[in-house]
Amino acid sequence: MRVMAQMAMVMNLDKCIGCHTCSVTCKQAWTNRSGTEYVWWNNVETRPGQGYPRTYEDQERWKGGWVVSPSGRLKLRAGGRVKKLLQIFANPVLPSLEDYYEPWTYDYDTLVKAPLQEHTPVARPYSLISGKPMNISWSANWDDNLGGAPELTKNDPVLRKIRDAAAESVQLEYKKTFMFYLPRICEHCLNPSCAASCPSGAIYKRAEDGIVLVDQDACRGWRQCITGCPYKKVYFNHRTGKAEKCTFCFPRIEVGIPTVCSETCVGRLRYIGLVLYDADKVLEAAANPDDTALYQAQRACFLDPHDPEVISAAQRDGIPFDWIEGAQRSPVWRLIHDYEVALPLHPEYRTMPMVWYIPPLSPIVDEVTKVAVDPESPESHDVLFAAIDTLRIPTAYLAELFTAGDVAVVEKVLKRLAAMRSYMRDINLGRDPRGEIAEAVGMREEDLYDMYRLLALAKYDERYVIPTGHAEDAHRLEELATDCAVSEHIGLDGRGTEGPFGADSGRGPVPVAIQTFAETKRRQQADEMGRPADRQGGLTQ
Amino acid sequence: MDVLLWVIVPYVCLAIFVVGHLWRYKYDKFGWTTRSSQMYESKLLRIGSPMFHFGLLFVIGGHVIGLVIPKSWTEAVGITEGMYHFMAVSIGAIAGFCTVVGMIILIYRRRTTGPVFSATTNMDKVMYVFLAAVILLGLSNTVVGNILSHYDYREGVSIWWRQFFTLHPDPSLMANAPTTFRLHTLAACALFALWPFTRLVHVFSAPLGYLWRPYVVYRAKPNSRLGSRDARRGWERSELPRPEDRAHGSHTSSRR
Repeated sequence: MRVMAQMAMVMNLDKCIGCHTCSVTCKQAWTNRSGTEYVWWNNVETRPGQGYPRTYEDQERWKGGWVVSPSGRLKLRAGGRVKKLLQIFANPVLPSLEDYYEPWTYDYDTLVKAPLQEHTPVARPYSLISGKPMNISWSANWDDNLGGAPELTKNDPVLRKIRDAAAESVQLEYKKTFMFYLPRICEHCLNPSCAASCPSGAIYKRAEDGIVLVDQDACRGWRQCITGCPYKKVYFNHRTGKAEKCTFCFPRIEVGIPTVCSETCVGRLRYIGLVLYDADKVLEAAANPDDTALYQAQRACFLDPHDPEVISAAQRDGIPFDWIEGAQRSPVWRLIHDYEVALPLHPEYRTMPMVWYIPPLSPIVDEVTKVAVDPESPESHDVLFAAIDTLRIPTAYLAELFTAGDVAVVEKVLKRLAAMRSYMRDINLGRDPRGEIAEAVGMREEDLYDMYRLLALAKYDERYVIPTGHAEDAHRLEELATDCAVSEHIGLDGRGTEGPFGADSGRGPVPVAIQTFAETKRRQQADEMGRPADRQGGLTQ
Repeated sequence: MDVLLWVIVPYVCLAIFVVGHLWRYKYDKFGWTTRSSQMYESKLLRIGSPMFHFGLLFVIGGHVIGLVIPKSWTEAVGITEGMYHFMAVSIGAIAGFCTVVGMIILIYRRRTTGPVFSATTNMDKVMYVFLAAVILLGLSNTVVGNILSHYDYREGVSIWWRQFFTLHPDPSLMANAPTTFRLHTLAACALFALWPFTRLVHVFSAPLGYLWRPYVVYRAKPNSRLGSRDARRGWERSELPRPEDRAHGSHTSSRR
């Protein structure tokens, strides 16, 4: 057993209202730079929908993730090492900018400077790629809230799959449609195929907390990671020529505060915490030949932080004690293990993703009344259970997203969520709580109540249990908020700021926090971490 | 004049090449990239780029055989002048043709595709001029040296090239070579001097290590140091070395 700690996230889709606050705050914090206009480390997709980039889940086309060869070996879907190197001069399955969208800005200047005229001046859209006027025909969220349905929706790869499988008539007609929101960030996988695809070895997994990062100094822009990631969450900065991806806001995590997307989540639906896992089991689990067994196989890699054997092994492997404590209190662990309501996104990609989801319990009142056995109490638990089969959001669709098609697992989760509602309804109405509801879903009453507390009340300190990077290690965190995929590139066209030898030549990588040689030296020789107030110059120097 | 052209200039270019790369690697790892433009345009790139690069790999291989291996060695293993000549001209012509066609496609693409052209720096343009000159002059060497007239570069240029690295170059060997050979060499010298300051540096990050390294790379914060610099002399902490790093084992391997 080799214990490693993984910082992980769970999102409760039942509460996502699709407000995109997470996307916007993430973008403002990390990707509001030239070259990353089209980059959304966090995006919120409407499902059914094509996702971002378009149809990224169609792995027959995009070749992301891993497959198991007939001999039982795990290999990259896009090909082995030699094949990858032979394709290095032109990656045959790289999404083009059209699969994302052509970023644009508006000519706001005309609004101010236009001469007096009969008609109100209009700010026209200009492409940020070519600099020419353009027509906006696609964006990161073009099919938000089923916009363009059913023409656009029918290209959803997940929808196609369940249609092919069950010949089921998924309802796309107006008034019978369904939808829910799926916020996505990098999965920080246990078996990351982006890292495995990187010819330069620039993408690495941090041994301490499992966050997957791109070393900007080692990346050479071979673009194989973009193909390798089945979630298409590695992006190519077309100005610097380097790959960039979600950093799990590690500068924040290291000091114990949640990621920007979580912090600003209006619905309070994100949970962050540690999961301990056995690194020796990962490969074997990922190579499980049965797609639908991958969910359980991944769970079997996780280690119970309350188990004394695990605790001693974790200490042996150098995991600090407060991290073990953090793993014990981790909401992510509770949702995955104690309540078993969190599911991985597309386990069939075999990357062992570590951002999990609680599937949404769709609006069910209509359906409930149809199947109501007991019209007197339309929200009694057996009525709810019966209704789950006829939910608007087909369980087959959810199963295709979260369990590689195993509907039984999704139904079990939805039943637990329904049971929690039903159980708490009795309490809220002042009736006697009914233990048989908990029993019916194989839980104890206390667990059901605790789950309610975690999911419905979702207190800040229960949602986020983030043990800090170690105080005695504080010096090692020298580049707080800097040592990531960020380096300033000034000027929209990149000209004017070039050195004598062309763009990117001869300028050292300048972390945003360091402005002058003297300051660099002072910081290097200081005995404690600098305060922002001590900074010479300021950020814009 | 000959000493200037065939001794001083090449050594100066070599020095710039070596020191320039060290300097660039030390100070501009962030800028060390292929600066791929595939996101902007893929169709032409997928034809032109492999043609150009694979052609160039063969061309480089041909140069290694022609320049590094003395004529006496190939004759010793029984390769006659005729066989060598035939191989060099046929493979060289095919590879050179692919390279030139690939290059024309790539330059056409760069000029006509708006986003690609606007992502082209001045340094790129200068580099393209020299790169194209070197390649075209090199191809003309094959024509001039083998077809129009006969010049055995293995009796001249190659010897000068090897002497160059043993620090005793004989400039007269170059001075007596045909004009295209001399121009090709000079253009190549200029290209080598420009090299470290252009995107050509990506040649030196050819990721061959990918064939051997473990798929998933783990990195731990270094244990040996407190902070991002080594302790100053005499100020090292006294501590027992930890028996094992956190990242170890079969699935993982630590870097740094």
